[in-house]
Amino acid sequence: MFSGFMANAWEVATIVAITAGVVGFFVVLRGSAFPAHAIPNGAFAGAAGANLIGINPLIGLGVMSLIAALGIGSLSRRGRPDAVTALALVMMLALGAAFLSQSTEYEPQIFSLLFGEILGVSSREILPVALLGLACVLGVAALYRKLMLTSLVSEIAAARGVRPYRMEMAFLVILACATTMTVPVVGALLIFTLMIGPPAAARCFSDRPGLALLGSVAIALVTVWAAIASAYEMNWPVGFFVGAFSAAWYGIGRGYSAWHRTHASPLAR
Amino acid sequence: MGFLFEPGFFSSGPVHTAAAIGTVTAIVSAVVGVFTVVRSQSFAGHALTDVATAGGSGAFFLGLSPLVGVIGAGAMDLIGVQRVRSRDLATGVVLGAATGLAALFLYLDTTKSATTGATQQILFGSLFTIDPSTVPVVVVLSLATLVVIGVIHRPLLLTSVSAELASARGISVRTIGLLFMLALAVAVGLSSVAIGSILSTALLIGPPATALRTTRTVRHAMLGACALGIATTLLGILLAYDSFYWDSSAPIPVSFFIVALSFLSYLASGLPIVRRRVGRREAP
Repeated sequence: MFSGFMANAWEVATIVAITAGVVGFFVVLRGSAFPAHAIPNGAFAGAAGANLIGINPLIGLGVMSLIAALGIGSLSRRGRPDAVTALALVMMLALGAAFLSQSTEYEPQIFSLLFGEILGVSSREILPVALLGLACVLGVAALYRKLMLTSLVSEIAAARGVRPYRMEMAFLVILACATTMTVPVVGALLIFTLMIGPPAAARCFSDRPGLALLGSVAIALVTVWAAIASAYEMNWPVGFFVGAFSAAWYGIGRGYSAWHRTHASPLAR
Repeated sequence: MGFLFEPGFFSSGPVHTAAAIGTVTAIVSAVVGVFTVVRSQSFAGHALTDVATAGGSGAFFLGLSPLVGVIGAGAMDLIGVQRVRSRDLATGVVLGAATGLAALFLYLDTTKSATTGATQQILFGSLFTIDPSTVPVVVVLSLATLVVIGVIHRPLLLTSVSAELASARGISVRTIGLLFMLALAVAVGLSSVAIGSILSTALLIGPPATALRTTRTVRHAMLGACALGIATTLLGILLAYDSFYWDSSAPIPVSFFIVALSFLSYLASGLPIVRRRVGRREAP
């Protein structure tokens, strides 16, 4: 289970989980779940397009997820953000479908772009994933205080001279970066799951931001490791287990916070 | 005209079915979509297509998917899709779980029955491959959705615009919200399996968002969205049919044309010249 191609899977999964835990924490905090769902799907179009014109899919992924992020950010400024995101999302997917119709790739290719092929990662794919993951984590670290401020108390942030629009754009670019690295590995649909479930669960366990962030990374790691082990044992897709475990974690988190609310002493509240 | 309409367009059976289903779904999507956009529930509207897709990929037939969508909508409601603060999260958690299930079902589909094209069909769909026998199901359930929306449309509009005012008038905001979510789930579940999940979201959000930007009242927006939805769908069908004659080896999917037309009309509605004519800024 830990040798050969599986070793690559474990390494990549660990990197992806750490990045998703960190970036996803702010996705949940800022209420950016819809862009987090839309951008990876846009990246799918990029991969399909790169496939068609015969360039490295990673370039296509990167370019299209950046376009998606900046497009959603700038169009949201003058319209309803959620409607804009929905339209950008379907436009990207439709482009992807059109590209695929013009190329000769078939079923398994689409399936792997959408749901990922973590068990088929080659060792030379690990380095770019690690570098992009590091860039995301560093980006979040550099903007940590400002992101926290704009996400939680936007009035104070504005009073301190932090511009919400710029922060939003910067965060969307980080999201695009995280997407580029993860789509080829875990797929467009599952990176989203990993960015929502674990951080949402972590927020139920702790009110303190730093602690919740660490918890988010820890839960993401446990989720991914358990998912790979289960997929290896049962021969079902990794994505199913990631989705099931994430939902289970969220359920446990909600249960814990409900229990905590009724059992905590009135003084501690 | 021969240049515009390639031979056989008006006599083709698949084109007739596509136009019929396309028109019905465009109307239902426009009516439900105007409320979806006004209530800022586009994410839920899109997520429910994916939830229905998960159900559809498990069963791979039309009947079950609206039911699965309804279960998904119920779960979202339970987690808190109606509260502004947890709306995003509730949708995301349910969508994530549904995605995982879709991955499993599609995997089992492709390994057990070796049906190629399942993923493609479910996600992207095609108006041209609809089985004519599904038309009655779609029409009946669409009518049911329209009736529900028609019955609750006044309190629904009031709760969408001002929840405080609505509850002061004795309207149960939660019940109306839940009824709307269920109607949305049925409408979207139906259209996502009939015409594919991309197209379903495009018709649900595109024409209503465009119409809301260019009209002054909700009723006008609804009529405008219906007209725009039908026009985009029919034009998309025509273009896709014609694209088969441009290069018969690789025709461009019909979903692409309809989505692109909806997206472009939305962008056009934001142009300064259009805004000046309408003479108002969009309500926040």
